Amino acid sequence: MNRSFHKSQTLRFYDCSAVEVKSKFGAEFRRFSLDRHKPGKFEDFYKLVVHTHHISNTDVTIGYADVHGDLLPINNDDNFCKAVSSANPLLRVFIQKREEAEHCSFGAGSLSRRRKALALREDGPRRRAHLHIGLPHDFRPVSSIIDVDILPETHRRVRLYRHGCQKPLGFYIRDGTSVRVAPQGLEKVPGIFISRMVPGGLAESTGLLAVDDEVLEVNGIEVAGKTLDQVTDMMIANSHNLIVTVKPANQRNNVVRGSRVSGSSGRSSDSAASRHSLPAAPALLHLQPDDADSDDEPDVVLEGVLEPRPVPRPPPPPPLGSQARVNGTGPAPGREGPAHRLLSSLRADPRQSLALPLPPGAVEEHGPAVTL
Amino acid sequence: MRRFLRSGHDPARERLKRDLFQFNKTVEHGFPHQPSALGYSLSLRILAIGTRSGAVKLYGAPGVEFMGLHRENNAVVQIHFLPGQCQLVTLLDDNSLHLWSLKVKGGVSELQEDESFTLRGPPGAAPSATQITVVLPHSSRELLYLGTESGNVFVVQLPAFRTLEDRTISSDAVLQRLPEEARHRRVFEMVEALQEHPRDPSQVLIGYSRGLIVVWDLHGCRVLCHFLSSQQLENVCWQRDGHLIVSCHSDGSYGQWPVSSDSHPAEPLRNCVPYGPFPCKAITKISWLTTKQGLPFTIFQGGMPRASYGDRHCISVVHDGQQTAFDFTSRVIDFTVLTEADPAAAFDDPYALVVLAEEELVVIDLRTAGWPPVQPPYLASLHCSAITCSHHVSNIPLKLWERLVTAGSQQHTHFSTMEWPIDGGTSLAPAPPQRDLLLTGHEDGTVRFWDASGVCLRLLYKLSTVRVFLTDTDPSDNLNAQGEDEWPPLRKVGSFDPYSDDPRLGIQKIFLCKYSGYLAVAGTAGQVLVLELNDEEAEHAVEQVEADLLQDQEGYRWKGHERLCARPGPVHFEPGFQPFVLVQCQPPAVVTSLALHSEWRLVAFGTSHGFGLFDHQQRQQVFVKCTLHPSDQLALEGPLSRVKSLKKSLRQSFRRIRRSRVSSRKRRPAGPPGEVQEGGARAERTGLQNMELAPVQRKIEARSAEDSFTGFVRTLYFADTYLRDSSRHCPSLWAGTNGGTVYAFALRVPPAERRMDEPVRAEQAKEIQLMHRAPVVGILVLDGHSVPLPEPLEVAHDLSKSPDMQGSHQLLVVSEEQFKVFTLPKVSAKLKLKLTALEGSRVRRVSVAHFSSCRAEDYGEHHLAVLTNLGDVQVVSLPLLKPQVRYSCIRREDVSGIASCVFTKYGQGFYLISPSEFERFSLSTKWLVEPRCLVDLTKSHSRPRNGSGPEKALGRARNSGSQSDGEERRPGPVMEHALLNDERVLKEIQSTLEGDRGGVSRS
Repeated sequence: MNRSFHKSQTLRFYDCSAVEVKSKFGAEFRRFSLDRHKPGKFEDFYKLVVHTHHISNTDVTIGYADVHGDLLPINNDDNFCKAVSSANPLLRVFIQKREEAEHCSFGAGSLSRRRKALALREDGPRRRAHLHIGLPHDFRPVSSIIDVDILPETHRRVRLYRHGCQKPLGFYIRDGTSVRVAPQGLEKVPGIFISRMVPGGLAESTGLLAVDDEVLEVNGIEVAGKTLDQVTDMMIANSHNLIVTVKPANQRNNVVRGSRVSGSSGRSSDSAASRHSLPAAPALLHLQPDDADSDDEPDVVLEGVLEPRPVPRPPPPPPLGSQARVNGTGPAPGREGPAHRLLSSLRADPRQSLALPLPPGAVEEHGPAVTL
Repeated sequence: MRRFLRSGHDPARERLKRDLFQFNKTVEHGFPHQPSALGYSLSLRILAIGTRSGAVKLYGAPGVEFMGLHRENNAVVQIHFLPGQCQLVTLLDDNSLHLWSLKVKGGVSELQEDESFTLRGPPGAAPSATQITVVLPHSSRELLYLGTESGNVFVVQLPAFRTLEDRTISSDAVLQRLPEEARHRRVFEMVEALQEHPRDPSQVLIGYSRGLIVVWDLHGCRVLCHFLSSQQLENVCWQRDGHLIVSCHSDGSYGQWPVSSDSHPAEPLRNCVPYGPFPCKAITKISWLTTKQGLPFTIFQGGMPRASYGDRHCISVVHDGQQTAFDFTSRVIDFTVLTEADPAAAFDDPYALVVLAEEELVVIDLRTAGWPPVQPPYLASLHCSAITCSHHVSNIPLKLWERLVTAGSQQHTHFSTMEWPIDGGTSLAPAPPQRDLLLTGHEDGTVRFWDASGVCLRLLYKLSTVRVFLTDTDPSDNLNAQGEDEWPPLRKVGSFDPYSDDPRLGIQKIFLCKYSGYLAVAGTAGQVLVLELNDEEAEHAVEQVEADLLQDQEGYRWKGHERLCARPGPVHFEPGFQPFVLVQCQPPAVVTSLALHSEWRLVAFGTSHGFGLFDHQQRQQVFVKCTLHPSDQLALEGPLSRVKSLKKSLRQSFRRIRRSRVSSRKRRPAGPPGEVQEGGARAERTGLQNMELAPVQRKIEARSAEDSFTGFVRTLYFADTYLRDSSRHCPSLWAGTNGGTVYAFALRVPPAERRMDEPVRAEQAKEIQLMHRAPVVGILVLDGHSVPLPEPLEVAHDLSKSPDMQGSHQLLVVSEEQFKVFTLPKVSAKLKLKLTALEGSRVRRVSVAHFSSCRAEDYGEHHLAVLTNLGDVQVVSLPLLKPQVRYSCIRREDVSGIASCVFTKYGQGFYLISPSEFERFSLSTKWLVEPRCLVDLTKSHSRPRNGSGPEKALGRARNSGSQSDGEERRPGPVMEHALLNDERVLKEIQSTLEGDRGGVSRS
């Protein structure tokens, strides 16, 4: 249920340094202004808003309407700054009680919500009766396309998040032969292919893997020269956080970089870098086993008759990196369209500088403790 | 792999690694699989055995062993030593001849192939014209006479295998020189026998299959005499003085022919059918041997009455009115009689009969009345009953060793006291550094104790657990007992007995404490026996206890086999290990893990349902714990018996396939390793292409708690460590399951003085669920210095430093997929190595081993020796879990080989390369057990019997295996992939069923 937003009709006065803010909570409006160039901190803004509305005791979420009319959240300094600077001329702010906000949603995906998205909620009622996109923290990532920037365009690195998901991973692999370009010409080499999808399984529902896709790597380890059984064991060993690099059988849905001008949020400056079709090998640097180590869930230790507790772990570093998240609820996105658009919107964030390697723990995942 | 590379940056560490680790396949123990030919050199006193896979193995005095491998993987059909030389000629079933010699190289000599040769006929001739049937090495040492299917005898000159065409003795030439009345075309056909005159090198005897025997003068090219038998000829033997010829025939008869120079067809002196009058099977080989006493020995193979004993494999010995038909449990390949070696001696004076049967080698003492067998020091039939498990104990205290040897010697009284008659060469190998025991559990409920210290794997003692139980067959009634005047006079010899009375008796787990002499064995029907070494025979009742592992789980029905019925009342036991407690698990599922702590007098056992702890001092159960997941219906119902039969049939078919494969590709001669690898890859590639016809697919699915057999207890471990808090350590029991769960129990064992008064108490202290849920195959506690805790009683015997109890202990949990170190007492993950995620291989066996440096005398490190499901052996460092070295050891398709592997405490290991052979390998630079030997060249034939002079040539036995493993891994393109279909299933079942045999065995 997206709220409809109307373009601001009037332009009462124009001050180049001040931004007019129209803040709405329920049926009430408050108006105030902010300095366009020095908007201040989000925290102060939040205090100001709740003070102005006299709702200091209520937990609220703040959103604003961007130039396209999408409802976007304001929950940190960055998006607050963005909201203020992009206000043209009026900044329309919408305030909701947090519990109400759960039934409502922001208009489009935004990278600025990533932190929240990854902080999984373990409980709380979810109502999915309506087909709408809810708050990110209601979701748990089930799959993503990663490392788009460093892989050749013909390849796709897919991450399946199994944990907390009751769905089976749900695919089969087989032996086969693949054709490679060798110095002597074309050469037939043995390869591993996806042979079957289990209907209703995680792999099928993400739409990112398909029958006859060739498996090139499993969690950063090349499968060339390995037997079907070895690859099976590797996949099962990594099943809690499986990252497979495939060469899709259907190459038409590949992410094409740098060839199209992005519609909404504008292309980032990295398009030049991503145009280089890097070979798959350097990608390994980003997925060193040590880094991947931090990604499994802790083992559960029961002390005597105590309740299960997860083994304490250091807090994860803030997630960074070029990840696209595809949420599992709602209709599965196709290979193009939403997923693609998401990807391009992600790039808008300046922090997605592709020169930065993935820091350790980039593939951090939080899962609910598995009870025995 | 990246991790692998990263760990290898430090050059000092790299150097140290070279001093510590080295991979060698050192020696094969046991009896060659599928022997196909026997050869013996009277002068060298060396025995040669050829196999269907093209291997030639030479055995002399204990420790003198050689192995050679034909480039072709064809069966060896015949082996002939060249008279008075260190050379032998082999004939393969592809009709090729190969000349081998023992050559000195760098202080040790090697068995190597010099030449090979295939006899070619004139163009257009039928292949049978040159198909060799008999080989006669002439005493001139440079000629080989080759009898063929066409009836022609070809002559080739050695060592170059030059065909001397002018010397060929064609059947036409023989025919022309026969007197008129004997010239029937039909008497010819193939040459069945070729013998040189014992005294006159210019005469040879040629026997043709249709019954004609001629004595041929090589110089005069004429027939000196001829004999015509009415029966198909099988073989002939020339009496030592040359005056008598003995022939044996397809109707079970043999005849004696006097050799005279007149050209009249001689009449047989005597013609008899020893097991007549009813039709008999052929006598395929006969030996007629003279003695000083006058009466000859007649030794022949076969000839049994067709109807009633046609299925027996017999060799009969007749001498001085005595006749015995030695009855073998497997097919007789060949036999030879050890006689006076000096050709000038007047009599044969046979002293031993050597029989090569399909599954064992039997030597009979012909000088002692009653012809008792001689106990072989090597070539043991490991598989006399199928091996079901094995356990290795290093460094046995002398006291225990002596008691075992004494107990064993009382079991070997039926053997002859004769010294081992095959004693050529001298072993140069240094004395074994320590006494090692290899224990094998067998399907028939026996445990065999082998001396595994040196090159010769020798049976020390055999323990049978059968007496404890009531079985269908009473051991007292001997099926083979026969009256005085039974005919034929059969006598069963040999130990190979593949038939098991009751498969439930099978031994699955063994645990021996070398300090206390306590032994625990556990079997297929959930039986756990605790035994104690007693030097006296005894009669006592065995205490029986039932352990109900299901506890309060209700409503389940075990559909597997019944538990074994224990024999009530006192049972008589021989000196040796005598059981005093029998714990029977309920349901009687196969025991999958076992641990014994001799200091605390506790034994822990686990099955697919749970595990239990038993106090064998007070003889009462301490606790049982059910590990079943409620949804694991399969395990509850006892599918093991069903899977077992499936496994059995799978294994049989596997064996059948493997057999055919073994013959074609078991071993290949050495070549440049790189080249071999490439060839292998190419073969694999073609194999993959072949396989596309029938694509195999694998499901990718995470393990879940609901999987079957998650409760299966894979490993049990006792440790004195900080389980609850860091101030007090206490005895603890650890158990790991197939579902990735580790249970830890704190134990309270009363002090020694009140040991009988207070009960042992146990309380569950921890339960760890590994999130990856892979089967836990090993648990180990490292002390404050990161050294594995010592074995029980080791410290008490001053054989080990006391563990460091000051620093914090660490727990190492090895699952099939990961190695993980946790802190104790608070279990938090500290380190891990994700093997499967990196390499796609899974841990099959893991064991702590101590690696000593070959340079620094007292330097050594403790590490983990690991065998993966791909057949690689690896060393993983402790406590940092860095992979050190990796070698390919076993073919990945060789599931039974991988399942049978055991590691020793000092970096060696054993695995089965066939049902009857252990391959010994070493990861250590310091502990290598391999044959180094000398073989007599010069004074060989004048050497006194059983003597071993110091004047020898050097001989080095087989090459170290490192260069041959490339060949072993060479895949056969087609069979390999045909197998892939079943392999995984089989592997799963195998691993599930057999659990881990070694675990982190602290053996």
